[in-house]
Amino acid sequence: MLLRFASSPPPDRAEKFRSALEALGGKVAIVNTPGEAGAYVESALAGRRAIASQAPILEACGIDSLPSVTTEHSRQACAAADASITSAEYALAETGTLVVSAGLRDSRMVSLLPPCHIAVIERSKILENLDEFLDVCRQPAAQSSAVVLITGPSRTADIEMRLVRGVHGPGEIHVVIVNNVTAAPSYASEET
Amino acid sequence: MAEPYQHKIANALGDPKLQLAIYSATGRLADGRRRTVSTEAFPDYQELRQHAHEIKKHTLNHLDFYLQELERNVEARGGRVIWARDGQEARAFIRNLARERATNLIVKSKSMTTEEIHLNEHLAQDGIEAVETDLGEYILQLAGEKPFHIIAPALHKTREDIAHLFERRLHAAHETTPERLTAIARAALREKFLEAGIGITGANFLVADSGIVVLVENEGNARLSCSAPRIHVAVSGIEKVIPRAQDLGVFLNLLGRSATGQPLSVYTSFLSGPRREGELDGPEEFYLVLLDNGRTKVLADAEKRQSLYCIRCGACLNNCPVYRKIGGYSYPWVYSGPIGKILTPQFMGVHQDPWLPFASSLCGACAEVCPVKIEIPKILLALRAEITEAGIQKGGMLEKLAFRMWAWLMRHPRIYERVAPVAAAAASRLPRAGPLKAWLSQRDLPPLARRSFRQLWRERRK
Amino acid sequence: MPRVSLFVTCIVDQVFPQVGLAMAGVLDRAGCEIEFREAQTCCGQPAFNSGYRREARTVAEYFLQVFEDADYIVVPSGSCASMIAHHYAELFDAGDTRIAGLASRVWEFSRFLVDVLHVEDVGARLERVATYHDGCHALREMRTKEAPRRLLEHVRGLRLAEMDAAEECCGFGGTFSVKFPEVSGGMARTKIDSILRSGAEIVVSTDSSCLMQIQGVLSRAGTGVRTMHLAEVLDSR
Repeated sequence: MLLRFASSPPPDRAEKFRSALEALGGKVAIVNTPGEAGAYVESALAGRRAIASQAPILEACGIDSLPSVTTEHSRQACAAADASITSAEYALAETGTLVVSAGLRDSRMVSLLPPCHIAVIERSKILENLDEFLDVCRQPAAQSSAVVLITGPSRTADIEMRLVRGVHGPGEIHVVIVNNVTAAPSYASEET
Repeated sequence: MAEPYQHKIANALGDPKLQLAIYSATGRLADGRRRTVSTEAFPDYQELRQHAHEIKKHTLNHLDFYLQELERNVEARGGRVIWARDGQEARAFIRNLARERATNLIVKSKSMTTEEIHLNEHLAQDGIEAVETDLGEYILQLAGEKPFHIIAPALHKTREDIAHLFERRLHAAHETTPERLTAIARAALREKFLEAGIGITGANFLVADSGIVVLVENEGNARLSCSAPRIHVAVSGIEKVIPRAQDLGVFLNLLGRSATGQPLSVYTSFLSGPRREGELDGPEEFYLVLLDNGRTKVLADAEKRQSLYCIRCGACLNNCPVYRKIGGYSYPWVYSGPIGKILTPQFMGVHQDPWLPFASSLCGACAEVCPVKIEIPKILLALRAEITEAGIQKGGMLEKLAFRMWAWLMRHPRIYERVAPVAAAAASRLPRAGPLKAWLSQRDLPPLARRSFRQLWRERRK
Repeated sequence: MPRVSLFVTCIVDQVFPQVGLAMAGVLDRAGCEIEFREAQTCCGQPAFNSGYRREARTVAEYFLQVFEDADYIVVPSGSCASMIAHHYAELFDAGDTRIAGLASRVWEFSRFLVDVLHVEDVGARLERVATYHDGCHALREMRTKEAPRRLLEHVRGLRLAEMDAAEECCGFGGTFSVKFPEVSGGMARTKIDSILRSGAEIVVSTDSSCLMQIQGVLSRAGTGVRTMHLAEVLDSR
């Protein structure tokens, strides 16, 4: 098996990820603390109704206590929401990819139905590329019945080969990379 | 009297709008591929192609083993494998499933395999609506047409065509921007996704060691088809299996780049069975329909079985100068382009369309871009030999006789020397018929050489 | 002094003899000892491509007999060279001594000059703007891409203007040109459009069959662009 990774040291991966995803029309913010992450998400939401998954990092960032955010996960809630916020198992720097899996805290629909998807991840979760992911996660089927690699906003060029974003999946993607999850106090405690 | 295929080809060639659409769309896809597989962008490309070829070769040489391993692992994860000898068995399973679960609405994501077995038409006869959810396929379904290209199915439709279609079939407001048209389709299909009882997808790869079905797409409709309804059915040819999850790196690095010039498509899903204990959503039942439909017959031919390595990227179509002129509708079966030229005779028998393997200049562009290195020109030549052996070549006995005489002449240089210029002179005076007429319909003849090279050489030596 | 046996190909022999003479002239000036075996006719490709393997084989056997002990067989055609060097193997058993080492003895003209004789400047002069057409078999089967271009670059007064569709098939494909004439013609017209966009006055290639197709369509379209075989360009002084 050919392995092509570990070509850039970890500190550059976030930037590599950023340029790859931004080239696809996604938005990337690299922040230092969970508090900053929470602030970014609030501003990106701009008051839209959102569903957040129950990933621990989101709690650390105070996202579940943002005004327009609920963690109610039913399909109806996902279909009605304007945005969703999740974390991700990994990110792949080379292609600007998020690796999400359906599990105890994330439904399949949460990152699929709402037209805007925001993901908050720790910098340490960024791998180089697909090959490294398959090396680190030797058995993708082990943890979840649905592991999905998300590379940018949903798109089509089926009409006259013109690029349109947001066909069935989200057309708007934000990824917030948090450099240090444990260092600073959480956004929630800053409020009080 | 012109045959059906000649009419179709003539129609395609005679439609300037279509010509422009095919050429620019395939050109864009081909350029995308070229950019992402260049030595700078992807130094391992050639090595990876060879690797992919070898994995496929190995897998198909031991297909029964890997299919059994696949079945074991799919069932270990709570799914069920259905072995379908042909389209009839596959369709029967799906129809019975829909009846038993009392559902008559199915959502489908793009699958050439389901088109191969005419699934939608048969389900419709049983009162079951199967809605195509890939935007291009949805448009075609509303229009009642077949896909034009494996990756860009609605290549030949303008935005005005689509606007009128949506107004008529969906009672939508008049919109003509691609963005607004897409939004109309999104809303219409969202309802179907959430209402349907069964979601049917194809499969890009089947992983034997883990029972994973891999779906590759850009829109999100495959994800919705396999996750929203209570039941997910994946329909796949048996040749899609690869041995290990680790092998996916090889194929996924090749597929997106070869197809559209994307290093990774937007969504790559690794699905393994129905929802598990504790998962918040997902289908409750999962079925993998493994379709033969003639594949084991192709497998039996050691020289041509590499035709089954195909990962359906469409690169051969986008780079084929013939496809880029005659378009998808000129081909007799669901698979068009160079891959269609070699699959069709092997599945249908060479007798069905004996003209097809000859509709190629053997330029080799297809083999050059194939990510799994299928030797398409070599297979075309083998098919041509089969056709003449069977005596069903379009030129008939006359052609065979002509080549026999020609071969004799080529072994008798002194007679050849005398006959050739006489034949050439006579031909230039003859009425325009047969090959001469065909040549002259498109281009001028070269001027006759007054003396051959060998005559001139002899004169010089003196 | 390399001994070269010319295989001029049937199309050059009968239709474009000046190409054969030009090639002989260039090789002679490059210091080769040249022979032309008069018993030669055809490589068998027309029969092979049309599916008549038995007939192709009888012609191939004859070819191998004619060129039995030739050191270098030099061919002004990528497609004919490829038929011999690569496709004869499909007509004979793997162990057949007649095809042993064939691939290393059969050379397309431009590759022979550059890779065997190590010659890139043959002392030619031609004041023209030229574009180069990559014949499919020359390009993909004989790996001929750089050699003709290097040779053309050394022709005094010649300016090489690459066309955007240099590697696209001209549409000849042997009997394809008369079995599917409209498609063949369509492919040629796409090629011609690319040629005209390049601004070239002449189109150069290693294969007379391609040039015959291209010239036929260029003339029909009423353009003043002419075709020249690489050998003719290199023989110009």
